[in-house]
Amino acid sequence: MKNSSRRGFMGKAFGAITGVGAVASLYAMKRSWDPLPSVKAAGFTTLDMSTYKENELVTEKWRGKPIFILKQTTEMVKKAKSNPRDIERLVKVGDDYFMVCLGLCTHLGCIPGYHPEKKNFLCACHGGMYDFTGDVTKAPPPRGLDIPPFKIDGNKLVLGEEGSEYKKMLENGTTLRA
Amino acid sequence: MAHFTKATSLHDWLNQRLGIDTVRRVMATEYWIPKNINFLWAMGMILAITFGLLLVSGIFLLMYYQPNVATAFDSVNYTIMQEVGYGWLWRHIHGVAASVVFLIIYIHMFTGIYYGSYKKGREMIWISGMLLFVAFSAEAFSGYMLPWGQMSYWAGMVITNLFSGGSLHANGLVEWIRGDYVPAQAFLSRFFMLHVLLIPLAILGLIGLHFGALRIPHVNNQDGEEIDFEAEAAKYKAGDKANSKVIAFANDFMSKDMMVVGIYLIFFFYLVFYHYDFAMDPVNFDPANGLKTPAHIYPEWYFLWSYEILRPFSTDVGLIAFAFAQVIFFALPFLDRSPNTVPASRRGLFKFWFWAMLIDMIILTAMGKVPPQGLFSTIGFYAALTFIGLWILLPFITKFEKKV
Repeated sequence: MKNSSRRGFMGKAFGAITGVGAVASLYAMKRSWDPLPSVKAAGFTTLDMSTYKENELVTEKWRGKPIFILKQTTEMVKKAKSNPRDIERLVKVGDDYFMVCLGLCTHLGCIPGYHPEKKNFLCACHGGMYDFTGDVTKAPPPRGLDIPPFKIDGNKLVLGEEGSEYKKMLENGTTLRA
Repeated sequence: MAHFTKATSLHDWLNQRLGIDTVRRVMATEYWIPKNINFLWAMGMILAITFGLLLVSGIFLLMYYQPNVATAFDSVNYTIMQEVGYGWLWRHIHGVAASVVFLIIYIHMFTGIYYGSYKKGREMIWISGMLLFVAFSAEAFSGYMLPWGQMSYWAGMVITNLFSGGSLHANGLVEWIRGDYVPAQAFLSRFFMLHVLLIPLAILGLIGLHFGALRIPHVNNQDGEEIDFEAEAAKYKAGDKANSKVIAFANDFMSKDMMVVGIYLIFFFYLVFYHYDFAMDPVNFDPANGLKTPAHIYPEWYFLWSYEILRPFSTDVGLIAFAFAQVIFFALPFLDRSPNTVPASRRGLFKFWFWAMLIDMIILTAMGKVPPQGLFSTIGFYAALTFIGLWILLPFITKFEKKV
């Protein structure tokens, strides 16, 4: 009896130490799959907003992802102002309005194409559509194009930093944290 | 320690140390296979041989492939294809085998469904087989990343995005899987590791389990007849081979099996030498570009049916339907409530269920390939609903099946 309880204790102690070791190794394995610090720190993109032309889509790159910049024409701004959902999506730098979006379809991440005459985006993968502010107009995408964190700095836009205008967009649900 | 005597031959020397005669008896000469089978029973051996071809060709590709985003594309399309002697042969064998292996897996699966080979003690054969299907799917996907062409990159993007779980927005999980915000070096390296080590190891283990699961219930036969293997084996061993219902795995069964394998290999190498292009998507001959989506992204043909179940719905419903399609085949032995282990043709409504499922999956496959517009979109939508509906119906139609 004494022997078997000693054996039982040894077994439990052995099991407990193995368990701790197993959990610790799982944690190490999980951490090894994490994005590297160098990847995470791969920074901030600064854009000079005075260089863009109206109704001409320019694709910039931020953290390896395409960023759509579309300077709005006066007509587009007028149209957007008639719909509060649309105007809230636009970024105002100086006197100009811009659509600044992650150029990845919110369905499964393909890159939608822009049609300047129709002023809309079409994703070729599954037929999703967005208007010129990046708001979704045809399923399957569940929501408009996500807006990357930005900070307005005079005539410049810093991607990757969360300015007050971006925080407002998060609060009122215009975009998700991309 | 066991008692050893001076060996009379090399065979005897090995036999004393490794028991090779026992191994041979257990694995081959006294492993019994029913006589009442047809060529569809050879698919397992065809799969084993195709896996062997994948392994050997893969070893040679591994000698020159470079898992680096800057050099991967050229190491495949230039080094292996142009410089390495017979490099093209290994690549075409590998690509064709990766595609054809799924054709055979599907035939193997539907043979099992038709003859009820997942019932009455054969459940673990079915489940281990489904685990192999999942492992082969993961192996095919991870391998597809390696040439780092446009389809590699965008398939990687789309498939890893599935893990965001739609409205759950689990972007952290997606980035964790990728090791980056987008598929990049970390992504390529880890999928390389999965493709050449972890998943093949899992596949080898699962093949062992799959074979092991066969030993106690034995292979099914064309009539689902419950054979007394011991009595039939005794007849065979006593010399009454004509009246015995079983034959030995080797050499009897293997000699017939290898004939089917021979015919298959003619077809296989015809594809390798003259039609390898069907397994090589032209879009993947453009190097990966994260800023340009190909006009039309579609998976390889063997994933099209489940892709089409994802596609016609909104994101969340689509993901749920897709998850359902991925796991539901595992439940087949438990959703089929009928005790009958006979071919589908003798099972009343199940006969129609079987053909409806097969035809529906072919329709889903075809619709997954064409652009998601107009009529195709509608057909795909109803085919996806039919797929789900058939699985919901299965327990009911089999519950009321007449005992045969």
